[in-house]
Amino acid sequence: MRPLLEQACWDTFYMVGWSTLIAVAGGLPLGILLVLTDRGGLLRNVVANKVIGQVVNVARSMPFIILMVALMGFTRTITGTTIGREAAIVPLAIGAIPFFARLVETAVREVDHGLVEAVQAMGGNTWTVVRRVLVPESLPSLISSATTTVVALIGYSAMAGTVGAGGLGDIAIRYGYQRFETGLMWITVAVLAVVISVIQFAGDHAARTLHRRGGGSGAVLGLRLLKPRPKPAGTDEPATADVGKAA
Amino acid sequence: MYVTDPSRAHPPSASGHTHARALDSDGTPVITTSGLTKVYRSRGREVTALDGVDLHVREGEVYGVIGQSGAGKSSLIRCVNLLERPTTGTVTVAGQDLTALAGRGSRASRELRRARSRIGMVFQHFNLLSTRTVQDNVELPLEILGTPGRERSRKALELLDLVGLSGQAKAYPAQLSGGQKQRVGIARALAGDPKVLLSDEATSALDPETTRSVLQLLRDLNRQLGLTVLLITHEMDVVKSICDSAALMENGRIVESGTVSELLATPGSELAAALFPVSGDASGDDRTVIDVTFHGDAAARPVISQLSRTYNIDISILGAAMDTVAGRQVGRMRIELPGGYEENVVPIGFLREQGLRLDVLGQEPLLLTGGAK
Repeated sequence: MRPLLEQACWDTFYMVGWSTLIAVAGGLPLGILLVLTDRGGLLRNVVANKVIGQVVNVARSMPFIILMVALMGFTRTITGTTIGREAAIVPLAIGAIPFFARLVETAVREVDHGLVEAVQAMGGNTWTVVRRVLVPESLPSLISSATTTVVALIGYSAMAGTVGAGGLGDIAIRYGYQRFETGLMWITVAVLAVVISVIQFAGDHAARTLHRRGGGSGAVLGLRLLKPRPKPAGTDEPATADVGKAA
Repeated sequence: MYVTDPSRAHPPSASGHTHARALDSDGTPVITTSGLTKVYRSRGREVTALDGVDLHVREGEVYGVIGQSGAGKSSLIRCVNLLERPTTGTVTVAGQDLTALAGRGSRASRELRRARSRIGMVFQHFNLLSTRTVQDNVELPLEILGTPGRERSRKALELLDLVGLSGQAKAYPAQLSGGQKQRVGIARALAGDPKVLLSDEATSALDPETTRSVLQLLRDLNRQLGLTVLLITHEMDVVKSICDSAALMENGRIVESGTVSELLATPGSELAAALFPVSGDASGDDRTVIDVTFHGDAAARPVISQLSRTYNIDISILGAAMDTVAGRQVGRMRIELPGGYEENVVPIGFLREQGLRLDVLGQEPLLLTGGAK
């Protein structure tokens, strides 16, 4: 049982790790592009925006198990096979790209347009705006989004068992549920719960640390963790009288 | 083989800035807009933000554009560095026609971006990157310009010293007060060695005390660096405390403009009246109330005292708004002379001879010399 679980853990980490990397690599530019091409964006392009938006919507509405089947041909061209861990990474990554892209879009939209304007006024181009403003200023939110994506991917990966990729979810379904080994099922669920908690904790911690760096006050870490303040990035206003009073 | 473009009579001087403050009416224009219009179209509706704006900002002056919200000030200042693309008209900054550099589409061409890097801009809400330290914020424009690292930090620290924030280099913007943030904003705007500084309501989010110190800083920079400052504001005090010239904007048009002294010399100038408000009613019947406007040479002489001694009359001052601008006293004063208008024709004539502009209350149709509204 130990080696079984151990193997399942590694399978899950392997699949989720790679698919997260790919999802971030694909979803980040896509999400930023969704903001840039939107009305009022730097690369205003209604057609491109509509097309990307629709593609993202369709991909997101697809149930993962169907996506996996639908992508079989594509998976084969890439990995040479449709079963196993590598084969599962393809649909996982492709399913997660639009998911992460939408989260990125929301996070990047939160960045104050004034900052974009300031960099434009300095002579910065669109790439400068993306690299120096949009990404760094939304980084805490982006990390939270990545955490959410990882957790969602762990959920999806349970279904990867259907293509023989293994993983924790697969153990819980095949051994625990289908063979009535309730004990093993609960153990697997517990392991999953721990893994997800650790990931969520790490993600929240990273996001908060980054946010605090920009948010001033060098409060002791432990105190902040006990008293989490769910504040979106970039909205921190100091206690001075410079809020409001629009021209 | 070069072809001289006659429209560029004043090429940007590569040499240093003019430190002396030469503010003759024929000073070199640094910012010129002509026939600038900006029309926003949204869902079939058209809103005209700028309606034919001609602006001439001379080298080394602080030029204030004042107006209420929605008058088009913001659009105007954003058109100067083409953050907003004007619908028609041209913008020339330091001899360079920016509208010609704009390039196709909504994206800024390389030439335009280079030109922008030589125009500093300060914002109402500071627009500092919260994830960068003060020093890194000031270095940002230099990063964009491709300045090497060591040179960047040297320059940034120098600028922070100039704005009085040398101790805060490693702080994050969130740890600073509003006034300090704006100083960082100003230091950042100066990083590219601009000749021109645009200030978009830079003090509107600050308390009066901080506003004064930030304005003083802008004034000092204007004098020390020969920096030309174009600022927009809705606060008359800002214009009053630092501007050499001012323009009043209403409904996308400039309705009045000129140096403070010129404005005072203009009969019926709304800006002059707002800059130097006088009030006070006659203390009784049979009095003559006169608004005296001091501008030009007369402002240096004790005219009221001379009037009193020469004609042996008692003069009451009902109200006054005087200021010393560029070493000269300018402003307006409301005085009261005993007796009706007919009895005071001679003293009034005396004041006129001194080169003062007079408005006798209740006698406007008779005495306003031309240009009455």
